[in-house]
Amino acid sequence: MKTGTDRVKRGMAEMQKGGVIMDVVNAEQAKIAEEAGAVAVMALERVPSDIRAAGGVARMADPRIVEEVLNAVSIPVMAKARIGHIVEARVLEALGVDYIDESEVLTPADEEFHLLKSDFTVPFVCGCRDLGEAARRIGEGASMLRTKGEPGTGNIVEAVRHIRKVNAQIRKVVSMNEDELMTEAKLLGAPFELLLEIKRLGRLPVVNFAAGGVATPADAALMMQLGSDGVFVGSGIFKSENPAKFARAIVEATTHYQDYKLIAELSKDLGTPMKGIEISSLAPEARMQERGW
Amino acid sequence: MIKVGVLALQGAVREHIQSLEACGVEAVAIKHKEELKDVDGLILPGGESTTMRRLIDKYDFMDSLKEFAREGKPMFGTCAGLILLAKNIVGYSEPHLGVMDVTVERNSFGRQVDSFEADLAVKDVAGGFPAVFIRAPHIVEAGENVEILSKHDGRIVLAREGQFLGCSFHPELTDDHRLTAYFVEMVKEAKSQKQAV
Repeated sequence: MKTGTDRVKRGMAEMQKGGVIMDVVNAEQAKIAEEAGAVAVMALERVPSDIRAAGGVARMADPRIVEEVLNAVSIPVMAKARIGHIVEARVLEALGVDYIDESEVLTPADEEFHLLKSDFTVPFVCGCRDLGEAARRIGEGASMLRTKGEPGTGNIVEAVRHIRKVNAQIRKVVSMNEDELMTEAKLLGAPFELLLEIKRLGRLPVVNFAAGGVATPADAALMMQLGSDGVFVGSGIFKSENPAKFARAIVEATTHYQDYKLIAELSKDLGTPMKGIEISSLAPEARMQERGW
Repeated sequence: MIKVGVLALQGAVREHIQSLEACGVEAVAIKHKEELKDVDGLILPGGESTTMRRLIDKYDFMDSLKEFAREGKPMFGTCAGLILLAKNIVGYSEPHLGVMDVTVERNSFGRQVDSFEADLAVKDVAGGFPAVFIRAPHIVEAGENVEILSKHDGRIVLAREGQFLGCSFHPELTDDHRLTAYFVEMVKEAKSQKQAV
């Protein structure tokens, strides 16, 4: 009997496919998310838009919040650790969370190195903007990926850019000859063996969700249509006027992302979505997606 | 020739379809209840049972799924799918489909860090079958007509009651398709019996 194997860690993410993972900051929100049909919740101290507004250093959530959420729901619970913060990650693992997000939404603890995620029993999800970044994270042991997008903006444009980029680069790798892959690995900054595997599979060896800017049911469906395996929704739900209704609408739009009549129905009378931020108005140092190496 | 559906509301649908295709049968992802009439057997995949249940209710799938069971067509539930099939769920007053005479307990091996792989002895299928358990349920109690096909650590993890097959683990996550092939045989038998009548 073996725990913490790649199959067990990646398999857990496979079970989340076609689903929505929602950011929550307390037990009450976690229950609303579960009731609405979320496949998992992300326990946080503050949602990304509040982190953005508050400024300062953003850290792992208070373990009390994480515990509260763990006790409130039967679906998996994820939590965020700072990039490279070995101890925050170990603490979350010890608390019993089901997945850790080594996340650029928090202030990085290490500006050079990510966690060696293969060292942990708990699986990790990491953000990516291109295939090189995706492959480096898998190389370190990430069992699931997500686009970075631009968290807390309610603006889908960066998530779209990232999923299109990753998928275009995968198509390129698949169409290349094997003797061209070492140079491609060098150019991408990606492990060669992983590119071989991607070429063989015709896709990433792990699940890839969309994150960072999903603000409406149509945004969620758009990301599914562009090839995401599922969707993370951060600030969008509990910053909306009617979170329960909004959460249900996002779940249904993700399942039936090509049923446009249904999405039209779902999108009616949802109230005002979160106010978005135009990306060009963000100073480069305010862009969370730039964090990660 | 038979066709097997995979309920495609959420979860590991692609893997089951690949496994079915590896067994040489046509596999169909079922997103709408109307599609159920086109298939001879159905796999309820792993995923989140609470999410699937919500979507089953939302799209009025429940009666069609129960009708499918009443017609005697085989159903195979893996992990969350087993929870959907079970007549009783520990800690819940109501079952989901409630068609298979077993009592299951959710997440009964612990949280994700306790998820594991193990080789199982599976009656009629394999001496060493690679099984992946992810936040898995197990069968606490099985009715008298239920045949226990495998146990792990004293817990029932695979069982069959006539047309229903249910397991705690994920046969779709490995390249060993023997359990899927076992289910495919169940579907073929059910279809040929029906045609004989």
